[in-house]
Amino acid sequence: MRYRRKGVKTVSGILGKKIGMTSLFDENGEVIPCTVIEAGPCYVTQVRTKEKDGYEAVQIGFEEKKERLINKPLKGHFAKAATKMLRLMREFKGFNGTQLKAGDEIKVDMFIPGDIVDVSGKSKGRGFQGVVKRHHFGGVGMTTHGASDRVRAPGSIGGSSYPSRVFKGTRMGGRMGFQRVTVKNLKVVKVIPESNILIIRGSVPGAINGYLEIEKKHH
Amino acid sequence: MDKLKLVEATQLKTDVPKFKSGDVVNVHVKVKEGDKERIQEFQGIVMGQRGSGVNATFTVRKISDGVGVERIFPVHSPRIAKIEKVKDGKTRRSKIYYVRNLATKAVAQKTNA
Repeated sequence: MRYRRKGVKTVSGILGKKIGMTSLFDENGEVIPCTVIEAGPCYVTQVRTKEKDGYEAVQIGFEEKKERLINKPLKGHFAKAATKMLRLMREFKGFNGTQLKAGDEIKVDMFIPGDIVDVSGKSKGRGFQGVVKRHHFGGVGMTTHGASDRVRAPGSIGGSSYPSRVFKGTRMGGRMGFQRVTVKNLKVVKVIPESNILIIRGSVPGAINGYLEIEKKHH
Repeated sequence: MDKLKLVEATQLKTDVPKFKSGDVVNVHVKVKEGDKERIQEFQGIVMGQRGSGVNATFTVRKISDGVGVERIFPVHSPRIAKIEKVKDGKTRRSKIYYVRNLATKAVAQKTNA
């Protein structure tokens, strides 16, 4: 029931691509920071049903891809759904009695200004980072009294006689970013269906041209 | 990038006059008081401009009752009813922050206003 808008039986989310950020003026003349997303058109590639798959979901695909770049099993999958060759596919929660079928088009007009959405994407890769940036450690502290090389150090990572080892999961330096990140409860500011544009207040994960999943919350 | 410009284009004003640092401008600001709206004027010297597109802003400085007042306006803000150029100025640099340290008379000399 969570994703149902009265009378409309559709999918809970859409796929898109980050175009960039800008600011817009609202009706009071206040500046609001916005992310512009090119969302859809998406095509339903498969409908998961309780009887067949054990759960309800709608699999949708986004952005056309050249046919020669697609392998045979996927080609068959798209042929079955009678859609174009698509680049990115994701499943979104369906609900009982979804009227969608394979091949259906999903467009941005499923959103209206004021909708609350969750946006997921791959965050920007930061490479190998120390604990200060990666885990918000404070560093060891002093720059004087001979401790000037310890400013961004992690400090102790465990006791010596007991436990005499480093616990698993101890936060240390390492690869940071390029992970799936979800930003919850963002507000839809504007929808331009003619050019498939969705404008959301605030920032979303990932770089420009990064792919995004936009999921609508309950109303 | 084109789609970003497309979105911004809907917000841009087309009737913004050209002005530069050192000019004296009169900015007509819409002020809301309860449910009434009136126009407040802010006249002063342009200290600098920054940003492009919707994000463009400019800083205006005036001396009000002997106190320097600076306001930063977004060029395309719907709260600005009108921007009037009152006087041309001439400066050697684009940001004239040094006028803060000058006497009123010296500012006029520096900007040929």
